[in-house]
Amino acid sequence: MSDTHPKEVDQVSGVETTGHEWDGLKELNNPLPKWWLYLFYVTIVWAVIYWVLYPSWPLISSYTTGVLGSSQRAEALAALEEGVAGRSQFADQIVATPLEDISSDQQLLQFAMANGRAAFGDNCAPCHGAGGTGFEGYPNLQDDTWIWGGTLDDIHTTLLHGIRVDNDDARFGEMPAYGRDELLTKEEISQVANYVASRTGLETDEGVDLAAGETLYVDNCAACHGDNLEGIQDVGAPSLMSANYLYGKSLDAIKAQITNPRNGVMPAWEDRLDPATIKSLTVYVHAFGGGQ
Amino acid sequence: MSTDTETHGGGHDDEWFASATKIYPLATHGLFRRIKWALLFITLGIYYFLPFIRYDRGPNAPSQAVLVDMDNARGYFFFIEIWPQEVYYLTGLLIIAAVTLFLMNAVAGRIWCGYLCPQTVWTDLFLWVERKVEGDRRERIAFDKQPWSATKLGKRATKHFFWLMIAWWTGGAWVLYFNDAPTLVWQLLTFQAPMVAYMWIGILTATTYLLAGFMREQVCIYMCPWPRIQAALTDEKALNVTYRWDRGEPRGSLKHNKQLEAQGLPSGDCIDCYQCFQVCPTGVDIRKGPQLDCIQCGLCIDACDNIMTKIGKPTGLIAYDTDENIERRIEGKEPVYEIVRVRTVIYVAVIAVVGIIMLAALLTRDFADISVLHDRNPVYVEQSDGSVRNGYTVRLSNKRRHDRHFMLHVEGMPPNTMVEAVGVTETFAGRPIVQVGPDTTREIRVLVTSPPWEKMPHSTPVTFRITESVMGEVITAKDTFKAPDPD
Repeated sequence: MSDTHPKEVDQVSGVETTGHEWDGLKELNNPLPKWWLYLFYVTIVWAVIYWVLYPSWPLISSYTTGVLGSSQRAEALAALEEGVAGRSQFADQIVATPLEDISSDQQLLQFAMANGRAAFGDNCAPCHGAGGTGFEGYPNLQDDTWIWGGTLDDIHTTLLHGIRVDNDDARFGEMPAYGRDELLTKEEISQVANYVASRTGLETDEGVDLAAGETLYVDNCAACHGDNLEGIQDVGAPSLMSANYLYGKSLDAIKAQITNPRNGVMPAWEDRLDPATIKSLTVYVHAFGGGQ
Repeated sequence: MSTDTETHGGGHDDEWFASATKIYPLATHGLFRRIKWALLFITLGIYYFLPFIRYDRGPNAPSQAVLVDMDNARGYFFFIEIWPQEVYYLTGLLIIAAVTLFLMNAVAGRIWCGYLCPQTVWTDLFLWVERKVEGDRRERIAFDKQPWSATKLGKRATKHFFWLMIAWWTGGAWVLYFNDAPTLVWQLLTFQAPMVAYMWIGILTATTYLLAGFMREQVCIYMCPWPRIQAALTDEKALNVTYRWDRGEPRGSLKHNKQLEAQGLPSGDCIDCYQCFQVCPTGVDIRKGPQLDCIQCGLCIDACDNIMTKIGKPTGLIAYDTDENIERRIEGKEPVYEIVRVRTVIYVAVIAVVGIIMLAALLTRDFADISVLHDRNPVYVEQSDGSVRNGYTVRLSNKRRHDRHFMLHVEGMPPNTMVEAVGVTETFAGRPIVQVGPDTTREIRVLVTSPPWEKMPHSTPVTFRITESVMGEVITAKDTFKAPDPD
């Protein structure tokens, strides 16, 4: 190329031009330093070495792995294992510490809360909601209404053994199907439902015999839901005075529940999660604020 | 740079790529050389020995005056301790550093480059070693041309040995800023230091050796952005190392100039001795005027002054001067030196403002901190008794070196509001007393429950206030208490 143009020196700078000209502007030839060029070659050589040593080129269904066998996935897995190993010390401590004492140890509490938060998101949130507020049919864990009890031990038992599931220590308690099994007539159901509605501040149907409803309540419901509708947690009979009804707080919903009750289930987690995680979950759910 | 192009040969590559011309700076003596030696001693002295200075911070704290503690995420500078959330101090320092550089430049050109830049200082030190081992400029040029012999090999080996020692010490000093210096020195000597320490020493040994031993002026000319920025920042009133061409030209040999003088023809003071060029560490001929390659170290001033004294002319043919003054002298006016002018005043003002802000922030900063995060889901919880509960994640920081207790109070809520902190049993008048360990933060879940009979508005602004139990230090954070819409 150097032969194709005559040497020309710029008058102002005294620098030779490259011979390239654009609209009368000529490019000066200020050469790059050699070491710069060699560094460029070094980067090329380095790239080739890198291809040999590390994963680089994509193939159709895989990639060149490199002779060093480096893998970010393997590194991540190793880091994960390291993390789990690091956690095991706390996990052991959680298992060894009684539930009520966990919150008095700052470090354990912090670990239990973090562990509980993660486990809750993975396992509980699908039914109880990410914030633990529940949905219709899935209890709200944030409020102070507990069907099976809201102490640390109650929550722990519920978590371990579940509700109405195949577990030796599962919590059981089933509401009879008064309508479906024809234990009560439609009219009787209406009477008792209206009675409950009247007690808990809901509007009632006109012309319904509330006294008959009360008699029906005492005969059929009080055994589980209590004389004053306060509920009995041992049998999982919810308080009917509560602001929150699991299956909806309206006269129609009450009638529906008496006629053909739904009895929700919760899995027993002792078969699925390790003891430390279940204890962490207990502390976490209790700390939502509704815990007793 | 122009010297590079002049020397290139005929090959194809040489047209587009030029070998750097090796520069053999001549030793000189004089005022600026002395200033440079003094600054070299001071700056390198600070760099090499600062990590060993102790500063007592009491128990549970490192006793190293200047330390960047990566593991515990703390920075220490004598009485200042910086937490990760306070890196804005670093921002402030960088702003001050940048504007100081502008100010230096507006007053006296590239004094940073010429006297203080690590590249200049270490190159100067390496040149000194080179001169001690291989001799001054003339000997070094001859030495390079000599064929290989035992003597040459010995001298070369000696030079590189000392260079590597200095480079190694430079890398070694660097890692001392990140660990307890005496402990680390012992670990390094017994080969028990962490791998990362050896790695950094290796990297910095290599960069020091390469940059100060081999790359030298190439770093300033091709790698450093500052010469480009500096060229845009300088003006006709800035003092720069200047060849006073009004006095020097027309140049000529001493003899030639004397003849001209005798004939009554104009003759300059420059006797074309090339001393200014030979002492220059970047190979610049200052007589070509201000140029990118010139780091303005003032050594050519020393060299020229020595010559002027010898030939009985006044010194200062090359001196710190302004473009404006050359023009003024040609016009027969007195030179003026305007150090105080709009731009320098603005620079000083910016430095002062940022400095005062930082100082104020430093003096009034809190030794405790609180941050509050309201639960997003649920925003509020209605309780069976009609009360409303809000959950918050509260983080308390204790920046002191001992256990401290903070009383937590939520202001802006009606009386009989309940404030609970999960895991905190100690209370005073219903307010949780939270213990936070030395130099740590503690995250707690705080539950605020309104009284059942109180109808809360949709949103109530509240202030979380912590009061330290001993000193009474008070820190607050704002948030809101949410409740269902009242209608």
